[in-house]
Amino acid sequence: MRRLLYFLPLIICLGIALFFYRGLDLNPRDLPSALINKPAPEFTLPALPGRTVQQANDGLARTDLTTGKPVVVNVWASWCIPCVAEHPLVDRLAKREGVTVHGINYRDRPDAAAAWLKRLGDPYAKVGKDESGRVSIDWGVYGVPETYVIDGDGVILYRHAGALSPEILERKILPLVKGGG
Amino acid sequence: MRLISVLVLALSLFASPAAAVLPDEVLDDPALESRARELSLELRCLVCQNQSIDDSNAELARDLRLLVRERLVAGDTNEEAMAYIRARYGDFVLLRPPVQKSTYLLWFGPIGIVIAGVIIVIVTSRRRRANAAVAAPTAPLSSAERTRLDAALAREDDTGDRG
Repeated sequence: MRRLLYFLPLIICLGIALFFYRGLDLNPRDLPSALINKPAPEFTLPALPGRTVQQANDGLARTDLTTGKPVVVNVWASWCIPCVAEHPLVDRLAKREGVTVHGINYRDRPDAAAAWLKRLGDPYAKVGKDESGRVSIDWGVYGVPETYVIDGDGVILYRHAGALSPEILERKILPLVKGGG
Repeated sequence: MRLISVLVLALSLFASPAAAVLPDEVLDDPALESRARELSLELRCLVCQNQSIDDSNAELARDLRLLVRERLVAGDTNEEAMAYIRARYGDFVLLRPPVQKSTYLLWFGPIGIVIAGVIIVIVTSRRRRANAAVAAPTAPLSSAERTRLDAALAREDDTGDRG
């Protein structure tokens, strides 16, 4: 019994080591959103000019999120490199999976944003331009890209900060949009 | 020369680290501005994460600084302005974590460890004293032992110091 007590410091030390070792793999950008399971903020954004798809001239507002069908809102910018990386997945979500994806164009030049969409493809239904970044602050955006899943009543179900990955898309986002629809 | 370097050193002690606040952000009302600075020091820049928005040059930090000032100009109290930001970015935006159930360990853990340490020290020192008290009353030397001890000490005196 006494003997065991001598090992206690070693055991505690190993426990702490394990704790910190686990911390090495955690993503510091993975912050919880304050808005999960809360209604999306009220907002109205003007349309991003220069797009060529069907709803190109409509701005984006909160009423677009309460159509009874789950939608995905993707915050992006043409100056953002991870946005290029995740773009094929946004494209897949909209075109192959048939999910409505709206875009919020964050702190961008409209001409650069439109050129970016022309170059990489335009999967978005509506794109609102948020040149001041103010609406994005209401969403709790702290970097681009960020992706939100919203249920048919305008409640935020899920937020992913950073570029999407196929795993995130398949394990988190698709079950939410398919399950709710 | 020496005087100058001492003077420079002394003066540099008064220098405060430069904040990232740009002249165009500063409010005209010095009272509001100082409140804004106070709040900015408490808010985390979510891009750089270990800087306050007062320190950070990130664009989001600038946006948040302007937002804080806007809320204050609109008549918010300090608490209301903080609550406004916190509602959007959650507890993580606060550099000083609030005392609540999920942060009890953080706030009271160190004190707990100190208290546990004090208890351990008290208990072990008591136990040691008790053990010492049990071991102490040994019998005095018998006369035979005394003679042997004296003889040993005398031998030590003879041979000990050989220069």
